[in-house]
Amino acid sequence: MSVSTSPTGPTASPDVSAVFAVSGVGVRFGGLVALDDVSLAVGPGQVHGVIGPNGAGKTTLFNVCCGFVRPDTGTVLRHGRPVRDLRPHRLSGMGIARTLQGVGLFRGLTVVENVMVGADRHRRAGFAATLFALARSDRDERALRERAMAALTELGADGYADRLPGSLPYPVQKRVALARALAGEPDLLLLDEPASGLGSDEMTELGELIRTLTDRMSVVLVEHHMDLVMAVCDRITVLDFGKVVADGTPDEVRDDPAVIDAYLGEEATHS
Amino acid sequence: MQQFLNVTLTGLGQGAVYAAFALALVLIWRSTRVVNFAQGAMAMFTTYLALTVIEGGQSYWVGLVVALVAGLVLGAVIERLVIRPVEGGPELNAVIVTLGLFVALQALAAILFGSTFRSFPAPFDLRGFTVGGVNIAFTPNSIYIIVAVVVVMLALVALFRFTDLGLKMRAAAFSQEVSRLLGVPVGRMLTLGWALAAGVGSLSGLLIAGGSLVFPAYMDAVIVYGFVAAVLGGLDSPAGAVVGGLTIGLLLSYVSGYLGSELVALAALAILVAVLLVRPQGLFARTAARRV
Repeated sequence: MSVSTSPTGPTASPDVSAVFAVSGVGVRFGGLVALDDVSLAVGPGQVHGVIGPNGAGKTTLFNVCCGFVRPDTGTVLRHGRPVRDLRPHRLSGMGIARTLQGVGLFRGLTVVENVMVGADRHRRAGFAATLFALARSDRDERALRERAMAALTELGADGYADRLPGSLPYPVQKRVALARALAGEPDLLLLDEPASGLGSDEMTELGELIRTLTDRMSVVLVEHHMDLVMAVCDRITVLDFGKVVADGTPDEVRDDPAVIDAYLGEEATHS
Repeated sequence: MQQFLNVTLTGLGQGAVYAAFALALVLIWRSTRVVNFAQGAMAMFTTYLALTVIEGGQSYWVGLVVALVAGLVLGAVIERLVIRPVEGGPELNAVIVTLGLFVALQALAAILFGSTFRSFPAPFDLRGFTVGGVNIAFTPNSIYIIVAVVVVMLALVALFRFTDLGLKMRAAAFSQEVSRLLGVPVGRMLTLGWALAAGVGSLSGLLIAGGSLVFPAYMDAVIVYGFVAAVLGGLDSPAGAVVGGLTIGLLLSYVSGYLGSELVALAALAILVAVLLVRPQGLFARTAARRV
């Protein structure tokens, strides 16, 4: 069994070249161990896949990464420095964007307004300043709208700008959600099952899109579709029952007996 | 014909106040899913503050500013100290808390300001305009009420539609979790939402008091009518609150003018029951999406 969790414990000096890393993370929900000593490191411009059977702890790991779940042990590191008190609303300020399983669009806001909320991290003018400088905000508002439109155009969803999300086909909604994440110009993008609900053509497009993002940001990808993961990832971490069972390039992982045992083997017996 | 005109004009003036009050309820419902039963008591309290200032020798307008600012502050403080701890818990907790606030504020007002009837000045003439030798029930003060409500509504529309702050407040109202992920400081948006709502509520309390009597329970009827208006418009829709408010104002004025003023409260409750039976989502709420 090739467990390749890095030897760096929470106290050891971490890998500084990593844009983002978690180290020795453990999470328990009551008596259930959801994550046990999980570590992964994402290099600059890398696409890092996290795979594993259902219930392996992928989503919990993501929730730790974005502050929804506090780990019982271990640390989250950003550019080699531990992040204390990680909270969801600080993510975008740290240059991290996350998409949700499903789409999570604001149903009462138009498509472009949805993306504008995501583009907003560049306007970190204080709350009071915003309140008392409403006169100024007209120009800011236009700049925000332009950036949102640019993100929509990049994903080919600009034609839907003034529609409400609920009136759009699901794949388009997913593209809008991705545009919203990109509009904040993050340098780390966390994608939670971006391919769910997509057809195979759309999935190929998505894979190509993810590869084009790598000159601007690193990507962490949680996904069920092995074809997509194998095609786009530079590195893959495999989870099973809350533990890392393998970590390496797609080729290494594909041939790893532990992975075949835990994941692919199981899949093969079903199909 | 003349009576119809009078009744209609009176109804519009009152409807404007109900609209403002309903809007305050809707703003809070949208952002925190709480029906603020203390809204009327909060408005009553700030109106008493204005009255204290005015009786101290200041002008009506100073009183107005005091009431609005006090409303903003009161709304923000109540959200932070009283509502925040029960947010996310069972809905009933928030209901009980706002009902408790309602009783507590009324009692506090009775202690501080006394429970006797006191007259509240009106900034404009309360005598009706004369049109073609006939005195109609439309006064300069009614014009002031309608203009004040319209100005506040337009300001709110501008805030929510055209500013970045308004966009964030709307986002926070639709989904707190997603908004947080996108970097919206949701807590502050909720506080601000309560402050704005309480400010609008204060305005409605002040407008209805103008040229009339105030006592700690004078807003009780307005709470009922404002709530009916908000439900009629669909609790989620600010535009619905305005239309609902005007509709309730007109309907109640017709009931009062043609059937007898003792039937007004009964009519309001009858409308409430009818709306909940026939169209519980209100006139303006988007039809709830059905998942297949």
